[in-house]
Amino acid sequence: MSSSEPTRARPAPASAPASPVRRVLAQSRFEARALLGRSEQVLLALVLPALALVLLSATDAVDLGLGGSRIDTIAPGVLALAVLATAFTAQAIMTAFDRRAGVLRLLATTPLGPGGLLGGSVGGVVVVQVVQTVLLGGLALGIGWRPAVVAIPAAILAGFLATATFTALALLLAGTLRAEAVLGVANLLFVLLAAGGAVLLPAANLPGPFAAIAPYLPTGALGEALRTSLATGAFPARDLAVLAVWAVLTSLATRRWFRWF
Amino acid sequence: MISDLVKRYGATLAVDDLSFEAAFGQVTAVLGPNGAGKTSTLECLVGLRKPDGGTVRVLDLDPVRDAKALRARTGVMLQDGGLTLGARAGDVLRHIASLYATPRPVEELVERLSLASFLRTGVRHLSGGQRQRLALAVALVGRPELVLLDEPSAGMDPQSRRVVWDLVSELRSEGVAVLLTTHLMDEAEALADAVVVVDHGTVIARGTVAELTRSTGLVRLTVPDGLDTAALASTVDAPVREAAPGQYVVEGAGTPELLATLTAACAAQGAQITSLDVGRRTLEDVFLDLTGRQLR
Repeated sequence: MSSSEPTRARPAPASAPASPVRRVLAQSRFEARALLGRSEQVLLALVLPALALVLLSATDAVDLGLGGSRIDTIAPGVLALAVLATAFTAQAIMTAFDRRAGVLRLLATTPLGPGGLLGGSVGGVVVVQVVQTVLLGGLALGIGWRPAVVAIPAAILAGFLATATFTALALLLAGTLRAEAVLGVANLLFVLLAAGGAVLLPAANLPGPFAAIAPYLPTGALGEALRTSLATGAFPARDLAVLAVWAVLTSLATRRWFRWF
Repeated sequence: MISDLVKRYGATLAVDDLSFEAAFGQVTAVLGPNGAGKTSTLECLVGLRKPDGGTVRVLDLDPVRDAKALRARTGVMLQDGGLTLGARAGDVLRHIASLYATPRPVEELVERLSLASFLRTGVRHLSGGQRQRLALAVALVGRPELVLLDEPSAGMDPQSRRVVWDLVSELRSEGVAVLLTTHLMDEAEALADAVVVVDHGTVIARGTVAELTRSTGLVRLTVPDGLDTAALASTVDAPVREAAPGQYVVEGAGTPELLATLTAACAAQGAQITSLDVGRRTLEDVFLDLTGRQLR
């Protein structure tokens, strides 16, 4: 038992937060390492898109009905698929399990706070996407892809808007459903959107009404924006507008329904 | 400092008009059975929950409105841990340290809490006690002025608990305010300068351990064949209760006179005493008296 005298004297305050930028960078690095450190995420984010790239460009077995160079259509689709895998599926699953383990609650009591957590999540996704773009883009260039350099800013803008949309959707899912449900739904949506959302292949290849609907999905808009701009150098105005609307809508929904704790 | 705190979850009143204060350089233990409202109170203190009534002031600030200013100055250890399961123990600690401008050296905490053997192990694979030690290191790495620990030694082996207790005592002598919840009586007795007993969301007793256990002494006796407690109580002129089958507690100082009357009364009932123990009330006795003995 203690016999120390009760004191009201404060300790010399030694506690101080790191600067906001350093905090968000630290969280981004931590999240990127967590994303890249899991074998199933690496499979989803790198191996799967790389396989799609190599197989679809090397074989004529699947008739895609593509005009022009196959690789010019396939490479942007593979990059879109990689964005979807990281910003949506991987992010949703990681956030859901962190939330269940109380990680978000604990981090909300550190200098990071909820705002820094959000910044760190986006930062982590961006870091992983840079790695994906360098590796997958490099592979595509090796296979013979020749993107229109003039269109790269528009492609980056499309990637940014899509990342905002997918991350918001991922957080919405992770912040409202149980972790196991998120695992199922995030993987299911990935497969459905990859196949029917005009990510990998142009919307025009889809059957019937899907061809008309897909360009207005965030996945389709991203895929079409990357294909249009990188293949022809044209500015994908309609696709960027669609993505911007999705980014605003999903961010508002996530703000409204997401619970950190 | 908490005054008149109220917290509801739907129709359930978790915290009902609760008030207490924790001082710098002191360890304040919030003691209470499961479901007493300890965790809810703590969550209001760290701004994770918004109180439905009353005032909460932490380091003279409002935990919800001034959350930003408070986060660096408080160190928190939550009951569910909150450590990233997929990461290595050492990476988690270094990461949290990097959120502060002048953190405690990580090596020092590793040394003090004996974390070295599992720094490269994934959090998922740590034992309960190892996780608790890591969570404590995470709570302390930012040199907090106020430390809030929700059941810090839950799941720890006796050696780990010693280490945690030593560290908490050290924080106190550095002038840090420590507030911990526990339902371990020996922990509160060993550490706490002030004890706040909480039940049904409100404070039912408070004081130092000495104050709470001061009152009359106790005599414990074991009579396997059973005793007529009512007859015994009237003979010795002190309350007698059966703490467990065959185990009795006489609430009175164990003076030679009381013991003589007591043993004579047992002789009159033909009851064989197999053990007899004279002592003071422990915090556990006080706690059970206050919160009841039945399971809930």
